[in-house]
Amino acid sequence: MGRITLEGVTKSFDDTKVIHGADLEIEDGKFVVFVGPSGCGKTTLLRLIAGLEDVSGGRILIDGKDVTRLAPAKRGLSMVFQSYALYPHMSVRRNIAFGLKMARMPKSEIERRVAHAAGILNLTDYLDRRPGQLSGGQRQRVAIGRAIVREPKGFLFDEPLSNLDAALRVQMRLEVTRLQKQLKTTAVYVTHDQVEAMTMADEIVVLQAGRIEQVGTPLELYERPANVFVAGFIGSPRMNLFEGPVAKRNGATTLGVRPEHLRVQPGDAVVADGCEAWGGTVIQAEHLGSDTFVYVDVPGIGTLDARCTGELRVQVGDTVTLLPDMHQLHRFDAQQLAMA
Amino acid sequence: MARRTPVPRIVLTSVVAWTVGLVIFFPILWMLLTSFKTELAAFSASPSFLFFHWTTENYVAVWTRSNYLEYAWNSVVISLGSTLVALAIAVPAAWSMAFSPTRRTRGILMWMLSTKMLPPVGVLVPIYLLYRDAGLLDTQLGLVIVLCLSNLPIMVWLLFNYFKDIPRDILEAARMDGATIGKEIVYILAPMAVPGIASALLLNVILAWNEAFWSLNLTSSHAAPLTAFIASYASPEGLFWAKLSAASTMAIAPILVLGWFCQKQLVRGLTFGAVK
Ligand SMILES: Nc1ncnc2c1ncn2[C@@H]1O[C@H](COP(=O)(O)OP(=O)(O)OP(=O)(O)O)[C@@H](O)[C@H]1O
Ligand SMILES: [Mg+2]
Repeated sequence: MGRITLEGVTKSFDDTKVIHGADLEIEDGKFVVFVGPSGCGKTTLLRLIAGLEDVSGGRILIDGKDVTRLAPAKRGLSMVFQSYALYPHMSVRRNIAFGLKMARMPKSEIERRVAHAAGILNLTDYLDRRPGQLSGGQRQRVAIGRAIVREPKGFLFDEPLSNLDAALRVQMRLEVTRLQKQLKTTAVYVTHDQVEAMTMADEIVVLQAGRIEQVGTPLELYERPANVFVAGFIGSPRMNLFEGPVAKRNGATTLGVRPEHLRVQPGDAVVADGCEAWGGTVIQAEHLGSDTFVYVDVPGIGTLDARCTGELRVQVGDTVTLLPDMHQLHRFDAQQLAMA
Repeated sequence: MARRTPVPRIVLTSVVAWTVGLVIFFPILWMLLTSFKTELAAFSASPSFLFFHWTTENYVAVWTRSNYLEYAWNSVVISLGSTLVALAIAVPAAWSMAFSPTRRTRGILMWMLSTKMLPPVGVLVPIYLLYRDAGLLDTQLGLVIVLCLSNLPIMVWLLFNYFKDIPRDILEAARMDGATIGKEIVYILAPMAVPGIASALLLNVILAWNEAFWSLNLTSSHAAPLTAFIASYASPEGLFWAKLSAASTMAIAPILVLGWFCQKQLVRGLTFGAVK
């Protein structure tokens, strides 16, 4: 079991408030990802859950039990650090076993668990090496091994993949997700890479400046962002967001449309009733073969970004018409909140 | 690729290093030579460097006249005792300053170091009176306490500088793994800081071994260490250069040997740094 509940959690460092009252319910077995721009408080929130930082206000509960004042180890959570934080003077075996040793587990049980974890993580051949003699990916696996042997109620990950190269990152992303599904252990995962967030999460928590902006499944956030910030943050390339007469015409202060929901038509176009059509000039076109990214300058709106599947034969300077999918327009009011 | 250092630079640095080394070493060499001279030759106005009548009579005289072993034993007890007590206090102190600093940590460190700027004679009278009333005069315990206190700031400073380069994450990982503060220090911090701790230990032993001011003022016979032993040859019946040199040589020999064997460790620790 591992249900983690935050109730009005706040955190201040000296006089600066960093977390402004976080309420959150993390269901048992869920993979929850915290995303947000740099400095928004993801790490701080994770460390509060871990117990490495004391809360300034509010409560943290695990399986309904108040752990707010409990020492980190007593909370039954494991953490994987961005820097891996392996013990450099111990072999891989002793690194993985350290937590069990601290818990005074019998030797035979420790050996069994270490062997099991090493098997899962392909570390069996490296058990007697020091961390310094391992590659980045292997170190990462040791850090994960150290977390899983304790059979915790939950895993806490702080950007665990950010030190790996792109290819390894994709591979480890799959491995971590698979492992979590296999162990059915609650996981809280911090990243600022939104592709990681979208692909790994059962549920995403979007943070900004110490506030939780929205909580939901990846698709919920993609389809129904609660406000302008989430709309701009989730999705790649970014959603086009603009104000002005066109937004007003559609009953919104800010109007948003994702690049993939804009159709690009060369020349002028015949517009059906109740539909929008925005004419403009191509200022840049990127041809990737599988996709074409077209940047169009539209008078009265600004630069819009369109993504077309397949190859689209347009060139810089061409006049085109952008046809938005009217069902996929996002309307936001003056408070920047999504309108029903 | 490592760049080759040009030859003239090597020659220059070697010459400078050897010169400085010899200048620093010369008094010790002279003392060593003098200790093998007769009192007369030692006092001569035109001293000869190597071509004199070599004799060990001074050592024999010193050995028979005073109880070297008792002084040496006091030195060992006092320097080791004060070092171990200081270590037991300095490790946790440096740990808390390095890993959970507050706004005042820097200030406290500076204040601690600033106590070393004060000439000890400034507090001699109060300490002497305190010791007299507490019955600590001329006891090993008394010297252990005063030397521990006087070297503590340096030790805390050394360890603090060493600890603060150790990544915090690793200690936090240990905390997540269920290590208590004590176990965190024993299993994680100490092994990672071995060079730093070892050099702090050595430096402290050396400082305590060579300490003269407190030793001379707070002891007379029972707890007198080797520095007092040397001083006893500089006093009443006039100066005996050769015997004084012999006594000094005997006093510094143990610490010189220790320093020689540990020099790598000392240099590594005192130049701080690279933990990873
Ligand atoms: N120990 C500390 N003392 C003072 N301020 C801190 C401390 N730790 C974090 N902060 C501040 O709290 C805010 C949130 O920091 P945090 O590390 O949680 O951000 P983050 O979302 O993890 O960012 P990143 O994506 O860059 O890792 C930042 O403004 C940071 O400056
Ligand atoms: Mg962070």
